[in-house]
Amino acid sequence: MSATANTDKPLLEVSGLSVSFIQYAAGLRQRTFQAISNLNADIRPGEILAVVGASGSGKSILAHAILGILPGNALVSGSMSYAGQELTPKRQAALRGREIALIPQSVNFLDPLMRVGTQVRFSSPNGNGTAMQREIFTRYQLAAGTERLYPFQLSGGMARRVLVATAAASPARLIIADEPTPGLHPAIVKETLAHLRELSAAGRAVMFITHDINAALETADRIAVFYAGTTVETAPAGDFCGEGERLRHPYSKALWQALPQNDFRPVPGSQPSPADLLPGCLFAPRCRLSTLECASAEPALRSIRGGTVRCHHAA
Amino acid sequence: MRLEAQNVSFRYKAGPWILRNLSLSVMPGEIVGLTGPSGCGKTTLARLLAGFERPDAGKIALDGQPLPAAGYCPVQLISQHPEQAVNPRWQMHNTLCESYLPDKSLLEELGIKNEWLKRWPNELSAGELQRFCVARALGPQTRFLLADEMTTMLDAVTQAQIWQAVLRLAGERRIGILLTSHDSTLIKRISHRNIDLTSIF
Repeated sequence: MSATANTDKPLLEVSGLSVSFIQYAAGLRQRTFQAISNLNADIRPGEILAVVGASGSGKSILAHAILGILPGNALVSGSMSYAGQELTPKRQAALRGREIALIPQSVNFLDPLMRVGTQVRFSSPNGNGTAMQREIFTRYQLAAGTERLYPFQLSGGMARRVLVATAAASPARLIIADEPTPGLHPAIVKETLAHLRELSAAGRAVMFITHDINAALETADRIAVFYAGTTVETAPAGDFCGEGERLRHPYSKALWQALPQNDFRPVPGSQPSPADLLPGCLFAPRCRLSTLECASAEPALRSIRGGTVRCHHAA
Repeated sequence: MRLEAQNVSFRYKAGPWILRNLSLSVMPGEIVGLTGPSGCGKTTLARLLAGFERPDAGKIALDGQPLPAAGYCPVQLISQHPEQAVNPRWQMHNTLCESYLPDKSLLEELGIKNEWLKRWPNELSAGELQRFCVARALGPQTRFLLADEMTTMLDAVTQAQIWQAVLRLAGERRIGILLTSHDSTLIKRISHRNIDLTSIF
């Protein structure tokens, strides 16, 4: 949580990003899935931006779009810039793993046939990988012998540390952590979150993708709330408090009020599928404030009280 | 009718003992939280209580009797990984209606959409699949529900939606619930009492 977070220029800026996939439905009949529509996000050095939303809302696809590792049937439009310059596919390939690193969701992302020490050394760009890897392993309390182990020999918590170590060993200035804490024991979650904070304190920008809003609030400076493939709101973490009255979008409020420690109150219905998105606001069918306007026109992105929101009714 | 584990011990093949001489019971209509660190045997205990595993010693009893060997089991387990709990070669309506026909209002309450019934499991997200697993487990003969990290992978709104539906039905039919979760706020919110698995054996 760096004090300089708001003064620097954004390291990564995503504007109007849309991603769709073409699939064969039956025979030669094709259909298009709109996975991300008209998404805006930005992140500054030393800042942790949490991206929070339901499963199937397109969070991981955003990560893959930034890294340029979407499959071949993806159509991408909109613009992304990194350190002030446009992020083209060629530049993505050059920056991936060096300037932009991924902490993946699953331990399955480790190479099962390579000792974990070697895998971490790969991230170091110049000569002295071994010394750096040992130093990072010490810092993450991985015993000296760990570097010679294979992924299947690690416990869940150790594997998690190795995944974070891989990103920490790289000189990356932008780190994307995609659900790094799924179903883990609270102690390991806490430790992983502490590591993310360390990385940001060292001046790196961290994008923390999660469905766990508690973990997001504990760690992040700002929260981007995802719904059906777009960011409905970006708010300072401190706005998630009380009854949620400082939040700008009805879905963010619903997310906050649905927590067990708050009202545990659900919203009827379900998130629309990417295959059949309607025009207008994507949350409108489940929204109490919904009017005719919401069903017909997609709300524009507006800046309100130090955050951004896509809602006709936000004030 | 109560669900009991009586002096249960269990290990996988010749592996280390996972549970030793463990006893607990759940009464009808009671909601019991089960906590403990990863790997302490919460999921194993749930699988034993639902009849997916047999104890090496001791017994699982429903109203003093062993669980029925055939037919609908009155003790239903909902697992943490719905994608592993549905048949990948069945469309969702087959999975949903395997043991009984859930009524429309329950499907609506759980947010299950009509068009999902024709889908294959790989066309739905984990959250969407879990709604089916919950509906499937709430047949009229269900007396006990074992919710093993049932909503861990879900966002808060979906979690509240699924739990509110389950709690309403469990209240009406006096279904007993044993739930495991890493989320202490969830356990505090819904359970009547809490068992720490590391403290009882």
